[in-house]
Amino acid sequence: MSPTGPNPNWFERWVLDFIPSTANALKDLLGHGPDWLAYILFALIGGFIVVNLPALLTPLFIWIERKVLARVQHRVGPNRVGPFGLLQGVADAVKLMTKEDLVPDSADKLVFNLAPLMAAIPVFLVFPVIPYSARATLADLNLGLLYIISITSVTEVAIFAAGWSSNNKYALFGAMRAVAMLISYEIPLALSLMGVVLIAGTMQLSVIVDTQRYMPMILLQPIGFIVFVTAVSAELNRTPFDLLEAESELTTGYHVEYSGMKWGVFMLAEYAAAFAYSLLIATLFFSGWKGPLLPGFVWLAIKVFFIWCVFIWIRGTFPRLRVDQVMAFSWKFLVPLSLMNVLVTAVEVNIQANQGWEFFPMWFAPINLVIAVVLIVIMSKLFKFEGQTRQVLPSRMGTIIPVTQAAERAASKAK
Amino acid sequence: MTRELGFQDVAAAIERALPGAVVQSSANLVLVDSDKMAAVAKFLREAPGMEFDFLTSVSAVDYLDYFEVVYHLLSIKNNESTVIKTRAYSRDYPAVPSVVNVWQGADFQEREIFDLMGVIFTGHPNLKRIMLWEGFEGHPLRKDYIVVTPS
Amino acid sequence: MPIKTSPIIVNIGPHHPSTHGVFRMRVMFDGENIIDLEPVFGYLHRGTEKLAEERTYAQIITLTDRLDYLASMSNNLAYVVSVEKLLGVKAPERAMYIRVIMAELMRIASHLIGLGSFLNDLGALATPWMYMFREREKILDLCEMVCGARITYSYMRVGGVSMDLPPEFMGALRQFCDDFPHRIDEYEKLLRENEILISRTKGVAVLSAETAKNNSLSGPVLRASGVNWDLRKSDPYEIYDRLDFEVPIGQTGDTYDRFLVRLEELRQSLKIINQCVKDMPIGETRLKLPALIRPPKGDAYGHVEAPKGELGFYIVSDGTIAPYRLKIRAPSFINLTALREMTVGYKLADLIVVFGSIDVNMGEVDR
Repeated sequence: MSPTGPNPNWFERWVLDFIPSTANALKDLLGHGPDWLAYILFALIGGFIVVNLPALLTPLFIWIERKVLARVQHRVGPNRVGPFGLLQGVADAVKLMTKEDLVPDSADKLVFNLAPLMAAIPVFLVFPVIPYSARATLADLNLGLLYIISITSVTEVAIFAAGWSSNNKYALFGAMRAVAMLISYEIPLALSLMGVVLIAGTMQLSVIVDTQRYMPMILLQPIGFIVFVTAVSAELNRTPFDLLEAESELTTGYHVEYSGMKWGVFMLAEYAAAFAYSLLIATLFFSGWKGPLLPGFVWLAIKVFFIWCVFIWIRGTFPRLRVDQVMAFSWKFLVPLSLMNVLVTAVEVNIQANQGWEFFPMWFAPINLVIAVVLIVIMSKLFKFEGQTRQVLPSRMGTIIPVTQAAERAASKAK
Repeated sequence: MTRELGFQDVAAAIERALPGAVVQSSANLVLVDSDKMAAVAKFLREAPGMEFDFLTSVSAVDYLDYFEVVYHLLSIKNNESTVIKTRAYSRDYPAVPSVVNVWQGADFQEREIFDLMGVIFTGHPNLKRIMLWEGFEGHPLRKDYIVVTPS
Repeated sequence: MPIKTSPIIVNIGPHHPSTHGVFRMRVMFDGENIIDLEPVFGYLHRGTEKLAEERTYAQIITLTDRLDYLASMSNNLAYVVSVEKLLGVKAPERAMYIRVIMAELMRIASHLIGLGSFLNDLGALATPWMYMFREREKILDLCEMVCGARITYSYMRVGGVSMDLPPEFMGALRQFCDDFPHRIDEYEKLLRENEILISRTKGVAVLSAETAKNNSLSGPVLRASGVNWDLRKSDPYEIYDRLDFEVPIGQTGDTYDRFLVRLEELRQSLKIINQCVKDMPIGETRLKLPALIRPPKGDAYGHVEAPKGELGFYIVSDGTIAPYRLKIRAPSFINLTALREMTVGYKLADLIVVFGSIDVNMGEVDR
């Protein structure tokens, strides 16, 4: 861990003091107990805070989306409950909790009840590894990025389990699309981060933030940023990739049979994931909590807010793609683009290593920007959404739905 | 302005091509024999000078003595229109040949007439109820249908 | 070892966000591909045609409001035009101008919803929908000014309209006409070249001119297939023969063309309204007809170009105060004839979009 600079601000000082002093206080409180007990207790408290704070902030996140989306759509948005409708999330939560919890008769009950939890738990496991300020990380894993990528993929299993166990055809469609789409987008999601990892030389998030102290990573990794944001909107099931929910086609797809708080947990997981990914984008590409004057967590909050606004903006303006187009976009556009990004970054990192420079040179930024523009223009010229073709010949039409012989019955009755 | 072809002229043309098809014709009526309706439809669609390529509407009227099926025809090419009528006299099994094979647009309209009026369109590929549910008794648009109000 | 698969039947609707009401489709899927499709109707069937046989000619106007409830005045117009044809009368000049203004306003209002929900079906959430509603709201305000209602207007009467325009109407209408072109430009700028929209709609569910005619399709769906057929031009009613406007025609007949035709029709409708505002004469707005109309024995078929297509009323009179038979030629209903042919072989996502591009209204489909 590098030091936080010569002049830590009040928050950083507080954090630096807080951790050891709390641990000591706990140790005092326990009297003659062993050291490890105090640390376990401390970890439990920290874990409680890090998991519950995002869960409590998620309604705020939803409120921001509803308000901003409303402005995009010439609406007012929630404004009845609390000042500016801020307490709308609380009202929604109360409503969902008091609602009757329905389980379809033909559903696979065990899987059906487990699926919301399976969707929510991995998302909340992301928050402990994110650096919120200097040293304000619950678990600063040295493989933090790998951990996040692998833990978030579990959500796909949950979505498939929810869709499959509901025993509903719409949910099944949603589940099938989830399997096809989410796994396709895992690959560009992971590949696009390889550039960041190569430059930083580590997967430890606090160190990645530290490498960005002179320049945010977005300037060095424009392609990585674009691919990552695209893949994240697919992972979050947001337009133009909201195939699994597809309100207008599947009437919300995999969670169509869920009601009450189980549905609420799905929504909570979805928006908590949006929160987590926004934090991750801020951390990886916008130098995380670093920024002048204000405390780290304020900077992080500002960055997350703007990233979230971009997501809302995308959601408010794009129509949805078709299944095959979404797949083609991942495999034919995003994956080659991110592979090329890895190649370019690897060459640059190699130059850096051969020259023995301590930091990744800043003048790579304009070069990377030019490479990004050229590559994206070439790729978009090469990539074309294929026109839709009929999969079944019209001659097979009408072979399946049986014709009722109402007319013949009427005829026989007349005789 | 869509020109309405003289009914006498249409009747004469049909009679020339299909003798015996026109039962009755006057200044405001061309009545076609119901058995020959399919052939008349084919003629009206294809014969030069007619070319009614657009079936605007199919209606049925219950006159108690007989059912009258009314075809409003249109030729988009020549901007001409005409009206052809045919009658079915049975009340239990009023049958009129279907014109779905000539104009696909008759599909739902004939089904609707069968559903609400009870006219059977023979040769229709999928003649079943369209507005009401399977198993509904009677045909409500008939004049002798008694509406039972639940009270 | 090959994996054994079997097709599944999915009921899309009657309660589904994209069926524009209570439409139901029984769709057989092989994976995501549609093998077969069967539309199921009747969830909103109210027996309008039977009810009309028990009502006087004036009372039926309120029934027509409930057909295509997104463009009620167009239905009013179609009905009164048919009854006037049966009676052999024509409304006063001023009334005809008012009717055309209202019908075109209704076309704009209906197309705005059609486009908005089409884009909603495409997955663009509610953004275009809300943009479209912003303008539709102004039209509803105009209608409220005219007749006090916002959905079921019952404004037209046999032989005119129920009352003259209020004095403040013309100013409000002019303001709308000045403002709306910018809004259309905005829609075009935002939507026309959208890469995702084009890739989703271009070449999807191509409907040839021959198929469209054979299936008796009408309205924007027919015109998008390249058939130049608009009743306002080819069989002008009211005062359309005096107005200068163009009929947008599609080239390929795909979903994108249907979208563009509707977008362009907004402009043309506005052009018509502007001309009507300029030429509006002063005078009577209603003929003196008896309260209980007794048309002579006989039948008449009157039709207008409603927003969704050709809306026709076939009325058989037996000389009494109620029609003997009233048959509604509902464009939405007949436009669905081609749905199966258009969608089989495509994917689930395409089905929703194609259905949205036909733009049906269930009140009219089920009647």
